[in-house]
Amino acid sequence: MDIKPELFKVTIDGIEVEVSPGTSILQAARKIGTEVAPPAMCYYKPLEKSGGKCRACLVKVAQGSTNDPRPMPKLVASCITPVQNGMVVENFTNEQVVDTRKGIVEFLLINHPLDCPVCDQAGECHLQDFAFENGNGVQRFEEERRTFEKEDIGPYIQLQMNRCILCYRCVFTADQITDGRVHGVMNRGDHAEISTYIHKTIDNDFSGNVIDVCPVGALTDKTFRFKNRVWFTKPMEAHRDCDKCCGKVHLWYKGDEIIRVTGRKNQWGEVEDFICNTCRFEMKKTSDWIVTGPVNISRHSVISANKYAANTIKKPEFALDYAAEHYKKINDSRPYNKNLDEIKASEDYKTLMEQNENYLNKSQN
Amino acid sequence: MAESIKILTDKIGIEGIENFDVYRKNGGYKAVEKAIKKMSPDEVLDEVKKSGVRGRGGAGFPMGMKWGFLAKPEGVPRYLVCNADESEPGTFKDHYLMKSNPHLLIEGMIISSFTLGANTSFIYVRGELMYVIYILEKAIAEAKKAGFLGKNILGSGYDLQLVVQPGGGAYICGEETALLESLEGKRGNPRNKPPFPAVKGLYQCPTVVNNVESISTTPWIVLNGGESYSKIGLGRSTGTKLISASGHINNPGVYEIELGLPVEEFIYSDDYLGGIRPGHELKAVVAGGSSVPILPAALILKTADGNSRLMSYESLSEGGFQSGTMLGSGGFIAMDETTCIVRNTWNFARFYHHESCGQCSPCREGTGWMDKVLYRIEHGLGNERDIDLLVDVAKRIEGNTICPLGDAAAWPVASAIRHFRDEFEWHIKYPNEAIKYQAVYKGDMIKV
Repeated sequence: MDIKPELFKVTIDGIEVEVSPGTSILQAARKIGTEVAPPAMCYYKPLEKSGGKCRACLVKVAQGSTNDPRPMPKLVASCITPVQNGMVVENFTNEQVVDTRKGIVEFLLINHPLDCPVCDQAGECHLQDFAFENGNGVQRFEEERRTFEKEDIGPYIQLQMNRCILCYRCVFTADQITDGRVHGVMNRGDHAEISTYIHKTIDNDFSGNVIDVCPVGALTDKTFRFKNRVWFTKPMEAHRDCDKCCGKVHLWYKGDEIIRVTGRKNQWGEVEDFICNTCRFEMKKTSDWIVTGPVNISRHSVISANKYAANTIKKPEFALDYAAEHYKKINDSRPYNKNLDEIKASEDYKTLMEQNENYLNKSQN
Repeated sequence: MAESIKILTDKIGIEGIENFDVYRKNGGYKAVEKAIKKMSPDEVLDEVKKSGVRGRGGAGFPMGMKWGFLAKPEGVPRYLVCNADESEPGTFKDHYLMKSNPHLLIEGMIISSFTLGANTSFIYVRGELMYVIYILEKAIAEAKKAGFLGKNILGSGYDLQLVVQPGGGAYICGEETALLESLEGKRGNPRNKPPFPAVKGLYQCPTVVNNVESISTTPWIVLNGGESYSKIGLGRSTGTKLISASGHINNPGVYEIELGLPVEEFIYSDDYLGGIRPGHELKAVVAGGSSVPILPAALILKTADGNSRLMSYESLSEGGFQSGTMLGSGGFIAMDETTCIVRNTWNFARFYHHESCGQCSPCREGTGWMDKVLYRIEHGLGNERDIDLLVDVAKRIEGNTICPLGDAAAWPVASAIRHFRDEFEWHIKYPNEAIKYQAVYKGDMIKV
């Protein structure tokens, strides 16, 4: 007798999907695809207890379940809300959700420095993608941004606290992946900061993973800092025999040189297998690795070239048409606009040309 | 005027009531004897349910229902936590109750713990109230000596250990899940719900978190029965409520009122607040601690429909947030016409900016934003679009946060703009007048 596991039917943005009980709304949406998956800034599947903090993934539950069809009164964080049978979720189809998400983008960018041109994370930054896809394009915040003192947390990891959005991912990583957490969140409110206890350095074999989980450029790789823009590098899949970790990585090449090593990330930006610091920071020669082939980069990513030219600005003809419609010929009566023949026939022109020729002949002789 | 009923404050005023002997002589700990010797936990729970007493911490959730939700799995301890982390601006009733009559709370804790089957209970007291913690610890030691706490209470076989835990002084730790985190020794961040504390609370065990005042009502309910408690008050707002009144009134202090008392009587009667200070008149009222919407004098005395407003959960929230407010935690702040609403709102916004835990983005960034914009308006640097901006920011914080602090930060700002919009406009149009010392908008858009 075969036993079929009970599955819950969930409808997200009009698309029905069957998932096992206990799945979160976000996971159910991800099962359908990128079109309906809510953005997530703090939720990270490999890390337990993550999620619920950034509020980027808020969705409207229009119908709680088949048994209790009442809608939920507030928007719910989809990453931590488990699905019910017959749940109807509205994500991009609900105006309130879209509007709230615009607000969240605005809130996150209030104190986030807009220094993407010098930020190492640019190009693979979740906040950049989130703001680009869901944001308003206008900022109303006129006040001074809050800033933090610079802090050195070790030889490998660069902490740039001003960029932090307090997703707590690195705290959970240090708790769950490494064998001792020395950093955490200090203070509260918008002055909360990621820091080590009394300026200790983060020194652990797996500490480098906080770089991979950081959605923004708050924690970056010191060995890669300012070396290159991510879209000029070529990612390759590689592995090596490591006694500490699985050794499965992505190598980021610039020419023949490996300038960065990271863990392998899936399409949601989540690391599949965490790697150790030796693999990440010390193995920077091609001979250290067994390279298996180029990484399949989705068209969605800026790392795959021409994103902004081909995909995003969808109809360049529209702009041209618009410009042509509004084009007005300028009535300009200035001398250089007169007929060229008229000018050439004039006395002044002839004398000028003669003078020029004389001058040229003289200088050549 | 009829003799008002005193449930919580009847023994306050007796000399030496904080000592066990005096409290015992005045009828103290009789409820514990009755509950433990003559009643079963379910019977006490029934009485509490019948009484209809509602949580006094602010949300007003029926206490009996909350106790009924407590999961009771086998082999897992259950906890009762008393929330004495009272830090809301304008609210100081629990402080008063604990320091004046500590044994009442301990008696309530014993009865409540007995009802819920908790063998360890905690009183989480705000860290600034260190002297109250000493009073409570002394009272617990006395009760333990007399056999009301510890092992085998009154020979019934029921054990109870009562722990007083000082908080670190964060407002957010008054939120129940943040309180539990803090009690566990972690950073006081509110948890995501569900699971609710009744299922997974302190140390992942079923937990009930109740306010000091709610727990302190249980001795009276046990002695007199839930029925008689439900007869006090009005409709679903049963019983009495401690109101901590402050502001421009003649007699500030803590009052125990029967719910359903008209607000007008409460403000102007000599038994209560004794009216606004001489020569001044009421301008606005914050009826239940800084978190609830502010109301102008006209709307606090009468509802939008013209009925007189009463001090009860239902009447105060009549008209929704358009023309109503909430009873909240009972911090009644009355303001006369010398109060600048913009400055007051900025002060509240600054408080929430300072006290936001920084966990979820709308609250962390939004409270700071509102604080900074209100600072600008108050200091004559406002811009015409700032008012709509504030409304929009408040709207985007409200309801989108993990815990109610986001709502509490958004409501005062949104309501102040809703009811006192001209005052904000005056600050923006006449900044040179508005920044003058103690300058207040006088009712028409002219220079003062």
